[in-house]
Amino acid sequence: MFVLGVETSCDETSVSIVKDGKEVLSNVVLSQIDIHKEYGGVVPEIASREHVKGITYVFDKAIHDANIRYEDIDLIAVTKGPGLIGSLLIGVNAAKVISLNYNIPIVGVHHIAGHIYANYIDNGMEFPLLALVVSGGHTELILMNDHYDFQKLGETQDDAVGEAYDKVARVLGLPYPGGPIVDKKANLGKDTLNFPRPMVDSGDFNFSFSGLKSHVINMHHNMVQRNEEINIEDFCASFQEAVTDVLVNKTIQAKNHYKVKQVIVAGGVAANSGLRRKMRERITDIPVYFPKMAYCTDNAAMIASAGYFQYLKQGKADDLLLNGQSRVNLEG
Amino acid sequence: MEVKIRLNSVDDTQMLAEIISGYVFPGIIIGLTGDLGSGKTTFTKYLSKYIGVSDNLNSPTFTILKIYDGYYKLYHMDVYRLEDIGYDYELDEFIYGDGICVIEWYPYIKTMLPQEILSIDFRVIDEFTRDVTIKGEGPYEKIVKAISDRYCH
Repeated sequence: MFVLGVETSCDETSVSIVKDGKEVLSNVVLSQIDIHKEYGGVVPEIASREHVKGITYVFDKAIHDANIRYEDIDLIAVTKGPGLIGSLLIGVNAAKVISLNYNIPIVGVHHIAGHIYANYIDNGMEFPLLALVVSGGHTELILMNDHYDFQKLGETQDDAVGEAYDKVARVLGLPYPGGPIVDKKANLGKDTLNFPRPMVDSGDFNFSFSGLKSHVINMHHNMVQRNEEINIEDFCASFQEAVTDVLVNKTIQAKNHYKVKQVIVAGGVAANSGLRRKMRERITDIPVYFPKMAYCTDNAAMIASAGYFQYLKQGKADDLLLNGQSRVNLEG
Repeated sequence: MEVKIRLNSVDDTQMLAEIISGYVFPGIIIGLTGDLGSGKTTFTKYLSKYIGVSDNLNSPTFTILKIYDGYYKLYHMDVYRLEDIGYDYELDEFIYGDGICVIEWYPYIKTMLPQEILSIDFRVIDEFTRDVTIKGEGPYEKIVKAISDRYCH
């Protein structure tokens, strides 16, 4: 089954052709990161305009690269949310046009389902599995007992982990996006500041990063007030150690509780070197998978893969009333 | 009208949200300011519970807008990233919609907002303590008065 995936939930315009949820024939990603960089984050209206500019080109190139015709496509899978509402609408409407024109069934896919299925492309899945989803907008632990069966075990009560990285980077005077640069600096520093590990023993699978963020900001503020020398590398290392300790510990608690057969990490923060290292060091009894870098950030291949399994599982397509939503429940 | 109050704990923040929730109306706009970690999202989280939102409310920073279903629609925005731009017309239909609109860092899109809103400024005193200034005119005056009656007498 040839699935055409479409992803425009944030600042990447992407279309991909994937066969049977696994074989990626093309995956075209047009990133807007350089445009949004100067604003310290993605600006919704600018993102929408850039999606409009790029979408036709990305569709054409994905079809061309896969050496396929629209007539050969069996299913269209498009991100319906969560994400920026204006950006989502552009992908959804473009997908509906192709669906209507070529009479191809269409399914609206949850963005996080896509991030989880990014792992299926290279690593496959064995159930039950535990997915740690970490990105600029999400921090969640998801249990899967079967394909396309999602049970949210816990999530952040306030800031997403990627967002905490961005905000800490901002206070330290480092550029957006904060994740990669803090990760890089952290690798050069030492955990000297003993930041708290929020909710690590809370007995549930929820997270909280707002308090840690405030703690980091307060400490920085106080050190500046006292004219103390601030070692940026150590600051980053201490923050990253605290964050990854919480993420890895909670993952291990959930892994043991639900006796899963594999752990997968998904989302943009899955690219974090500290998280990758600690996960692999501390979980040795079952496999821990990370998607390869190209599938960590937003892309349409993961949406095509997720859409394939959604269609198989649910046995039905969406109608043309399908629309973008800023917030959607994964389990719903 | 303006009132200044001191919040000594998150329980006080919760009480502030409870009082305000008794006066919400379709189209209400609540603008929040205060440094990172001063309690803007915490306040909104409590408010969401009092207006019947059952889903967990968390930070809208990444998508700028998150929409929740309660007795009313709740539009929760963080417009910090719009500082250098000053507007985003995609937000218009929500700001001028008939839900409850809570906007963190609202001064950054001031030109998009109506003259009259309820504004709440959070100032960090120490780890648990916040000094809060609440302002509102016209239809918002009675909310400020209700808070004033509760805290200042």
